[in-house]
Amino acid sequence: MWNYEKRLQYPVHIKTPNAKIAKVILSQYGGPDGEMGASMRYLSQRFAMPNRIAMGTLNDIGTEELGHLEMVSAIVHQLTRNLSMEEIEKSGFADYYVDHTVGIWPQAAGGIPFNACEFQSKGDPITDLFEDMAAEQKARTTYDNILRLVDDPDVRDPIRFLRAREIVHFQRFGEVLRSVQETLDSRNFYAFNPSFDMPCKASCKD
Amino acid sequence: MNKNCKYSREQLLNTINEVSFAVDDIKLYLDTHPEDEKALDFFRDKVMVRNEALKEYAAQYGPLTIDTGDDACSRQWDWVMQPWPWEGVW
Repeated sequence: MWNYEKRLQYPVHIKTPNAKIAKVILSQYGGPDGEMGASMRYLSQRFAMPNRIAMGTLNDIGTEELGHLEMVSAIVHQLTRNLSMEEIEKSGFADYYVDHTVGIWPQAAGGIPFNACEFQSKGDPITDLFEDMAAEQKARTTYDNILRLVDDPDVRDPIRFLRAREIVHFQRFGEVLRSVQETLDSRNFYAFNPSFDMPCKASCKD
Repeated sequence: MNKNCKYSREQLLNTINEVSFAVDDIKLYLDTHPEDEKALDFFRDKVMVRNEALKEYAAQYGPLTIDTGDDACSRQWDWVMQPWPWEGVW
Protein backbone atom coordinates (compact mmCIF):
# COMPACT_ATOMS: atom_id res chain seq x y z
CA MET A 1 0.00 0.00 0.00
CA TRP A 2 1.28 3.48 -0.74
CA ASN A 3 0.72 7.01 0.50
CA TYR A 4 1.18 9.94 -1.87
CA GLU A 5 3.43 12.83 -0.88
CA LYS A 6 2.59 16.08 -2.64
CA ARG A 7 6.10 17.08 -3.74
CA LEU A 8 8.74 15.80 -6.15
CA GLN A 9 11.72 13.91 -4.73
CA TYR A 10 13.87 16.67 -6.30
CA PRO A 11 12.31 19.90 -7.57
CA VAL A 12 11.66 20.55 -11.28
CA HIS A 13 11.21 24.16 -12.45
CA ILE A 14 11.71 24.52 -16.20
CA LYS A 15 11.24 28.00 -17.66
CA THR A 16 11.83 27.37 -21.38
CA PRO A 17 9.82 24.74 -23.29
CA ASN A 18 11.75 22.53 -25.70
CA ALA A 19 9.87 19.76 -27.50
CA LYS A 20 12.99 18.25 -29.04
CA ILE A 21 14.56 17.59 -25.63
CA ALA A 22 11.19 16.48 -24.22
CA LYS A 23 11.02 13.62 -26.72
CA VAL A 24 14.50 12.43 -25.80
CA ILE A 25 13.78 12.54 -22.04
CA LEU A 26 10.44 10.75 -22.53
CA SER A 27 12.58 7.63 -23.06
CA GLN A 28 13.35 7.63 -19.35
CA TYR A 29 9.58 7.49 -18.73
CA GLY A 30 8.59 4.57 -20.98
CA GLY A 31 11.73 3.56 -22.87
CA PRO A 32 13.77 0.33 -22.58
CA ASP A 33 15.74 1.53 -19.52
CA GLY A 34 13.19 4.01 -18.20
CA GLU A 35 11.66 4.53 -14.80
CA MET A 36 8.41 2.73 -15.62
CA GLY A 37 10.32 -0.48 -16.31
CA ALA A 38 12.51 0.11 -13.23
CA SER A 39 9.62 0.54 -10.78
CA MET A 40 7.62 -2.38 -12.20
CA ARG A 41 10.73 -4.61 -12.27
CA TYR A 42 11.59 -4.21 -8.58
CA LEU A 43 8.02 -4.16 -7.30
CA SER A 44 7.31 -7.39 -9.22
CA GLN A 45 10.55 -9.18 -8.34
CA ARG A 46 10.35 -8.54 -4.57
CA PHE A 47 7.89 -11.43 -4.03
CA ALA A 48 10.44 -14.10 -4.98
CA MET A 49 13.26 -12.77 -2.77
CA PRO A 50 14.61 -15.23 -0.17
CA ASN A 51 15.49 -12.86 2.70
CA ARG A 52 14.15 -9.65 4.19
CA ILE A 53 17.13 -7.52 3.18
CA ALA A 54 16.40 -8.39 -0.44
CA MET A 55 12.63 -7.96 -0.08
CA GLY A 56 13.02 -4.60 1.66
CA THR A 57 15.60 -3.18 -0.75
CA LEU A 58 13.53 -4.11 -3.81
CA ASN A 59 10.43 -2.70 -2.13
CA ASP A 60 12.06 0.60 -1.19
CA ILE A 61 14.04 1.14 -4.41
CA GLY A 62 10.89 0.22 -6.41
CA THR A 63 9.02 2.86 -4.43
CA GLU A 64 11.71 5.48 -5.05
CA GLU A 65 11.53 4.66 -8.79
CA LEU A 66 7.85 5.67 -8.74
CA GLY A 67 9.06 9.06 -7.51
CA HIS A 68 11.58 9.16 -10.39
CA LEU A 69 8.82 8.26 -12.84
CA GLU A 70 6.95 11.30 -11.55
CA MET A 71 10.03 13.54 -11.88
CA VAL A 72 10.66 12.46 -15.48
CA SER A 73 7.02 13.06 -16.40
CA ALA A 74 7.12 16.47 -14.69
CA ILE A 75 10.21 17.37 -16.78
CA VAL A 76 8.49 16.28 -20.02
CA HIS A 77 5.28 18.07 -19.03
CA GLN A 78 7.06 21.34 -18.29
CA LEU A 79 9.15 21.09 -21.49
CA THR A 80 5.98 20.78 -23.60
CA ARG A 81 3.87 23.49 -21.92
CA ASN A 82 2.82 26.50 -24.00
CA LEU A 83 4.32 25.24 -27.27
CA SER A 84 3.21 26.95 -30.45
CA MET A 85 2.15 24.84 -33.45
CA GLU A 86 5.20 26.18 -35.25
CA GLU A 87 7.52 24.91 -32.51
CA ILE A 88 5.79 21.51 -32.52
CA GLU A 89 6.31 21.13 -36.25
CA LYS A 90 9.87 22.50 -36.29
CA SER A 91 11.12 20.39 -33.38
CA GLY A 92 10.09 16.99 -34.76
CA PHE A 93 7.33 16.60 -32.17
CA ALA A 94 4.45 16.31 -34.68
CA ASP A 95 4.50 12.49 -34.74
CA TYR A 96 4.04 12.37 -30.94
CA TYR A 97 1.60 15.30 -30.94
CA VAL A 98 -0.78 13.69 -33.44
CA ASP A 99 -1.57 10.82 -31.03
CA HIS A 100 -1.11 12.41 -27.60
CA THR A 101 -1.22 16.21 -28.07
CA VAL A 102 1.12 17.15 -25.16
CA GLY A 103 -0.16 14.48 -22.76
CA ILE A 104 2.27 12.06 -21.07
CA TRP A 105 2.40 8.55 -22.57
CA PRO A 106 5.09 5.90 -22.03
CA GLN A 107 7.21 5.38 -25.12
CA ALA A 108 10.89 5.31 -26.08
CA ALA A 109 12.46 8.32 -27.79
CA GLY A 110 12.19 6.43 -31.09
CA GLY A 111 8.42 5.99 -30.66
CA ILE A 112 8.32 2.35 -29.50
CA PRO A 113 5.56 1.98 -26.87
CA PHE A 114 6.32 0.74 -23.37
CA ASN A 115 6.12 -3.01 -23.07
CA ALA A 116 6.45 -5.29 -20.01
CA CYS A 117 9.26 -7.07 -21.90
CA GLU A 118 11.54 -4.13 -20.93
CA PHE A 119 12.05 -6.09 -17.69
CA GLN A 120 11.97 -9.61 -16.33
CA SER A 121 10.69 -11.21 -13.18
CA LYS A 122 12.26 -14.63 -13.29
CA GLY A 123 11.38 -15.94 -9.84
CA ASP A 124 15.09 -16.59 -9.26
CA PRO A 125 16.66 -13.99 -6.93
CA ILE A 126 20.21 -14.31 -8.25
CA THR A 127 19.05 -14.02 -11.87
CA ASP A 128 16.84 -11.06 -10.98
CA LEU A 129 19.49 -9.22 -8.93
CA PHE A 130 22.03 -9.46 -11.76
CA GLU A 131 19.38 -7.93 -14.03
CA ASP A 132 18.75 -5.18 -11.48
CA MET A 133 22.43 -4.20 -11.34
CA ALA A 134 22.59 -4.11 -15.15
CA ALA A 135 19.35 -2.11 -15.27
CA GLU A 136 20.80 0.58 -12.98
CA GLN A 137 23.89 0.85 -15.19
CA LYS A 138 21.79 1.06 -18.36
CA ALA A 139 19.66 3.82 -16.86
CA ARG A 140 22.82 5.67 -15.77
CA THR A 141 24.23 5.41 -19.32
CA THR A 142 20.95 6.81 -20.70
CA TYR A 143 21.09 9.77 -18.30
CA ASP A 144 24.72 10.36 -19.36
CA ASN A 145 23.56 10.41 -22.99
CA ILE A 146 20.75 12.84 -22.13
CA LEU A 147 23.24 15.14 -20.35
CA ARG A 148 25.33 15.28 -23.54
CA LEU A 149 22.25 16.42 -25.49
CA VAL A 150 20.88 19.03 -23.05
CA ASP A 151 22.28 22.50 -22.27
CA ASP A 152 19.44 24.04 -20.21
CA PRO A 153 20.57 24.05 -16.52
CA ASP A 154 16.89 23.81 -15.38
CA VAL A 155 16.74 20.41 -17.11
CA ARG A 156 20.29 19.22 -16.40
CA ASP A 157 19.93 19.72 -12.65
CA PRO A 158 17.14 17.15 -11.97
CA ILE A 159 18.63 14.78 -14.59
CA ARG A 160 21.95 14.85 -12.70
CA PHE A 161 20.07 13.98 -9.50
CA LEU A 162 18.40 11.00 -11.21
CA ARG A 163 21.74 9.84 -12.63
CA ALA A 164 23.31 9.88 -9.16
CA ARG A 165 20.48 7.74 -7.74
CA GLU A 166 21.20 5.01 -10.34
CA ILE A 167 24.72 4.78 -8.93
CA VAL A 168 23.47 4.44 -5.33
CA HIS A 169 20.89 1.81 -6.34
CA PHE A 170 23.58 -0.18 -8.18
CA GLN A 171 25.61 -0.20 -4.96
CA ARG A 172 22.64 -1.35 -2.83
CA PHE A 173 21.73 -4.15 -5.28
CA GLY A 174 25.34 -5.35 -5.14
CA GLU A 175 25.04 -5.62 -1.35
CA VAL A 176 21.72 -7.47 -1.68
CA LEU A 177 23.24 -9.93 -4.16
CA ARG A 178 26.04 -10.64 -1.67
CA SER A 179 23.51 -11.16 1.13
CA VAL A 180 21.71 -13.76 -1.00
CA GLN A 181 24.88 -15.49 -2.22
CA GLU A 182 26.38 -15.70 1.27
CA THR A 183 23.35 -17.58 2.61
CA LEU A 184 23.05 -20.11 -0.22
CA ASP A 185 22.90 -23.80 0.66
CA SER A 186 26.55 -24.94 0.72
CA ARG A 187 25.79 -27.72 -1.78
CA ASN A 188 24.35 -25.26 -4.28
CA PHE A 189 27.74 -24.81 -6.02
CA TYR A 190 26.37 -23.15 -9.15
CA ALA A 191 23.90 -20.82 -7.42
CA PHE A 192 20.77 -22.38 -8.87
CA ASN A 193 17.46 -20.76 -7.93
CA PRO A 194 17.50 -20.51 -4.11
CA SER A 195 13.82 -19.58 -4.05
CA PHE A 196 12.67 -22.74 -5.85
CA ASP A 197 15.19 -25.56 -6.32
CA MET A 198 17.59 -25.07 -3.40
CA PRO A 199 15.99 -23.08 -0.55
CA CYS A 200 18.59 -21.24 1.50
CA LYS A 201 18.88 -21.67 5.24
CA ALA A 202 18.67 -18.07 6.40
CA SER A 203 15.20 -16.99 5.45
CA CYS A 204 12.13 -15.51 7.02
CA LYS A 205 10.53 -18.45 8.76
CA ASP A 206 11.03 -16.90 12.22
CA MET B 1 -2.18 32.56 6.07
CA ASN B 2 1.61 32.86 6.55
CA LYS B 3 1.87 36.00 8.69
CA ASN B 4 3.63 34.37 11.61
CA CYS B 5 5.88 32.03 9.69
CA LYS B 6 9.64 32.32 10.17
CA TYR B 7 10.35 30.81 6.76
CA SER B 8 9.04 31.46 3.27
CA ARG B 9 7.15 28.68 1.51
CA GLU B 10 10.19 28.04 -0.67
CA GLN B 11 12.61 27.84 2.27
CA LEU B 12 10.38 25.44 4.17
CA LEU B 13 9.84 23.23 1.12
CA ASN B 14 13.60 23.20 0.48
CA THR B 15 14.18 22.04 4.05
CA ILE B 16 11.56 19.30 3.61
CA ASN B 17 13.12 18.19 0.31
CA GLU B 18 16.64 18.10 1.75
CA VAL B 19 15.80 16.26 4.94
CA SER B 20 13.46 13.87 3.12
CA PHE B 21 16.27 13.01 0.72
CA ALA B 22 18.51 12.20 3.69
CA VAL B 23 15.76 9.87 4.94
CA ASP B 24 15.32 8.24 1.49
CA ASP B 25 19.04 7.62 1.16
CA ILE B 26 19.75 6.33 4.67
CA LYS B 27 16.66 4.11 4.44
CA LEU B 28 18.20 2.19 1.53
CA TYR B 29 21.55 2.00 3.34
CA LEU B 30 19.82 0.66 6.46
CA ASP B 31 17.99 -1.95 4.35
CA THR B 32 21.35 -3.58 3.62
CA HIS B 33 23.05 -2.59 6.94
CA PRO B 34 20.22 -3.03 9.49
CA GLU B 35 22.62 -3.19 12.44
CA ASP B 36 24.54 0.04 11.80
CA GLU B 37 23.74 2.09 14.93
CA LYS B 38 25.32 5.29 13.64
CA ALA B 39 23.10 5.15 10.56
CA LEU B 40 20.09 4.43 12.74
CA ASP B 41 20.82 7.55 14.85
CA PHE B 42 21.15 9.60 11.66
CA PHE B 43 17.78 8.23 10.48
CA ARG B 44 16.10 9.14 13.77
CA ASP B 45 17.43 12.73 13.70
CA LYS B 46 16.33 13.32 10.12
CA VAL B 47 12.88 11.80 10.58
CA MET B 48 12.28 14.08 13.57
CA VAL B 49 13.24 17.21 11.62
CA ARG B 50 11.17 16.03 8.66
CA ASN B 51 8.02 15.44 10.69
CA GLU B 52 8.28 18.85 12.34
CA ALA B 53 8.83 20.59 9.00
CA LEU B 54 5.89 18.75 7.39
CA LYS B 55 3.62 19.84 10.26
CA GLU B 56 4.82 23.43 10.01
CA TYR B 57 4.33 23.45 6.25
CA ALA B 58 0.80 22.05 6.54
CA ALA B 59 -0.14 24.68 9.13
CA GLN B 60 1.18 27.58 7.00
CA TYR B 61 0.70 26.54 3.40
CA GLY B 62 -1.43 23.39 3.23
CA PRO B 63 -0.61 19.68 3.55
CA LEU B 64 2.00 17.69 1.60
CA THR B 65 0.98 14.40 3.23
CA ILE B 66 -2.46 13.06 4.05
CA ASP B 67 -1.35 12.59 7.68
CA THR B 68 -0.90 16.35 8.03
CA GLY B 69 -4.06 17.04 6.01
CA ASP B 70 -5.96 18.45 8.95
CA ASP B 71 -3.31 20.86 10.27
CA ALA B 72 -4.17 23.98 8.29
CA CYS B 73 -7.15 25.05 10.46
CA SER B 74 -8.76 25.79 7.14
CA ARG B 75 -12.42 25.61 6.17
CA GLN B 76 -11.60 24.11 2.79
CA TRP B 77 -9.94 20.90 1.52
CA ASP B 78 -6.43 22.35 0.98
CA TRP B 79 -5.05 19.01 -0.28
CA VAL B 80 -6.73 19.72 -3.61
CA MET B 81 -6.75 23.54 -3.54
CA GLN B 82 -2.95 23.89 -3.40
CA PRO B 83 -0.72 23.29 -6.48
CA TRP B 84 0.30 19.76 -7.54
CA PRO B 85 4.04 19.13 -7.74
CA TRP B 86 4.37 18.76 -11.51
CA GLU B 87 2.95 22.27 -12.04
CA GLY B 88 6.38 23.62 -11.06
CA VAL B 89 4.83 26.40 -8.97
CA TRP B 90 6.87 25.74 -5.81
